[in-house]
Amino acid sequence: MGNAEHISKQFEADLDTTRTRVLQMGGLVEAQILAAIQAYATGDPALVAQVVENDARVNGYEVAIDGAINHIVVKRQPAASDLRLIMAISKIVTDIERIGDEAEKIARMSKRIHEQGAHHAQRFPAVRHAAEIAVKMLRQSLDAFARLDVNSAAEVLKEDTAIDDEFRSVLRQLITYMMEDPRTISASLDTVWVAKAIERIGDHAKNIAEQVIYIVRGTDVRHTSFADVERELSKE
Amino acid sequence: MSAMESPAAKTASRPMIHTATRGNGEAAVAAADLKAKLKIRNLNFYYGGFHAIKNVTMDIPERKVTAFIGPSGCGKSTLLRTFNRMYALYPEQRAEGEILMDGENLITTKRDPSLIRAKVGMVFQKPTPFPMSIYENIAFGVRLFEDLSKREMDDRVEWALGRAAIWGEVKDKLSQSGQSLSGGQQQRLCIARCIAIKPEVLLLDEPCSALDPISTAKVEELIHELKTDYTVVIVTHNMQQAARVSDYTAYMYLGELIEYDVTDTIFIKPRKAATEDYITGRFG
Repeated sequence: MGNAEHISKQFEADLDTTRTRVLQMGGLVEAQILAAIQAYATGDPALVAQVVENDARVNGYEVAIDGAINHIVVKRQPAASDLRLIMAISKIVTDIERIGDEAEKIARMSKRIHEQGAHHAQRFPAVRHAAEIAVKMLRQSLDAFARLDVNSAAEVLKEDTAIDDEFRSVLRQLITYMMEDPRTISASLDTVWVAKAIERIGDHAKNIAEQVIYIVRGTDVRHTSFADVERELSKE
Repeated sequence: MSAMESPAAKTASRPMIHTATRGNGEAAVAAADLKAKLKIRNLNFYYGGFHAIKNVTMDIPERKVTAFIGPSGCGKSTLLRTFNRMYALYPEQRAEGEILMDGENLITTKRDPSLIRAKVGMVFQKPTPFPMSIYENIAFGVRLFEDLSKREMDDRVEWALGRAAIWGEVKDKLSQSGQSLSGGQQQRLCIARCIAIKPEVLLLDEPCSALDPISTAKVEELIHELKTDYTVVIVTHNMQQAARVSDYTAYMYLGELIEYDVTDTIFIKPRKAATEDYITGRFG
């Protein structure tokens, strides 16, 4: 990363504003997941409505940030670390927006699950556990982005296996549950969707962390093994 | 990544270009197979007491476009001028070290400088057509080196103008003055004049800085075409132009070669903070 500021103060300000907006968007989406998981636990219809309503704000951020990126590219033709930052933000924003969609999906599913009996949601603490990991991953990936911290980003990548394990465990429990009592199949399938949404959030957080590594190191670590990433980061 | 560097580094004949440190595999491999047209070794250059080029060592690959970027006064134009002994016109200017072309040191050679310049042609920032007809602008230089029949000369003029992508625009007015052309046409005429004597290396010193965007695009397209036959070296203040036209980019600062690498590497992931700062406009 360049040490000095840009000669153009306006360019510096444009980049700063865009970075800040990404973090604000990330913060909003984090709140969305927490609310959605709360809705899954309690079935509170007001909370569900709130999550659904707020997704429009998430989408608004995506459009605004994309616009800002176009503006920067057209005016500044960014290169080197600026180029990597802009390209990465463009991808990160897509991931954050998708996380927002997953939160909305969780909220909607929670409503249906609770309509079929409140007891169902309480049976699967693993879902909430996976959600906690997902939120932590998102928070850490955004934190890594804010501080351009590759080590923190690498931890997110490692975390992703934990969430995949949780997902498989939820799936096993649900299958058993459905075999024991076929009347629960409908609610169980909705719970699978919730778990899948949480697992997807983990994937998106991982993508964000990969982009952070690209910004800082210029190395594209997508579709590589964690061992390769570690090797790359141990250089220099 | 680095695995690609090591076997290539062992190849002694490989030009001295730092290859990509990141997944730019194709370019790195291509660099390993390149032949160096100019080998510059420990080159120093002085304007009287001023040390303008400091110990530059690098290879200019054959039939590629190599761009020099850097702030004003960094020595990039000076370096270009050493490649065809342009500096020898001024007694107080002096070069030390080696610039090897096909094994011959251009600095110490006893050959007539005009013969070197016939092999290493140069196009300047401002178009410099001679005050004569378009036809004569091309034929004049050719006559210095070759004795061609009228028919052969006609063919050569047409060939050079065609190669410089300006034949279509001037073929019906070859007897008009070269200075009657537009700036962009004049610059392509100068490139045609340069090519007419069949050089091996083309030096372009900010060839587009006086041109409008359309003419610039035409010259850039031409540069792209020319590299199939010539080794092209371009000095430019326009970093986007360097990114667009060149295969390799060298960043110079205060007479030193700071970084030299595959153009994509320089513009996406330069290795040195100084290059990074210049490329991203943080210089200062």
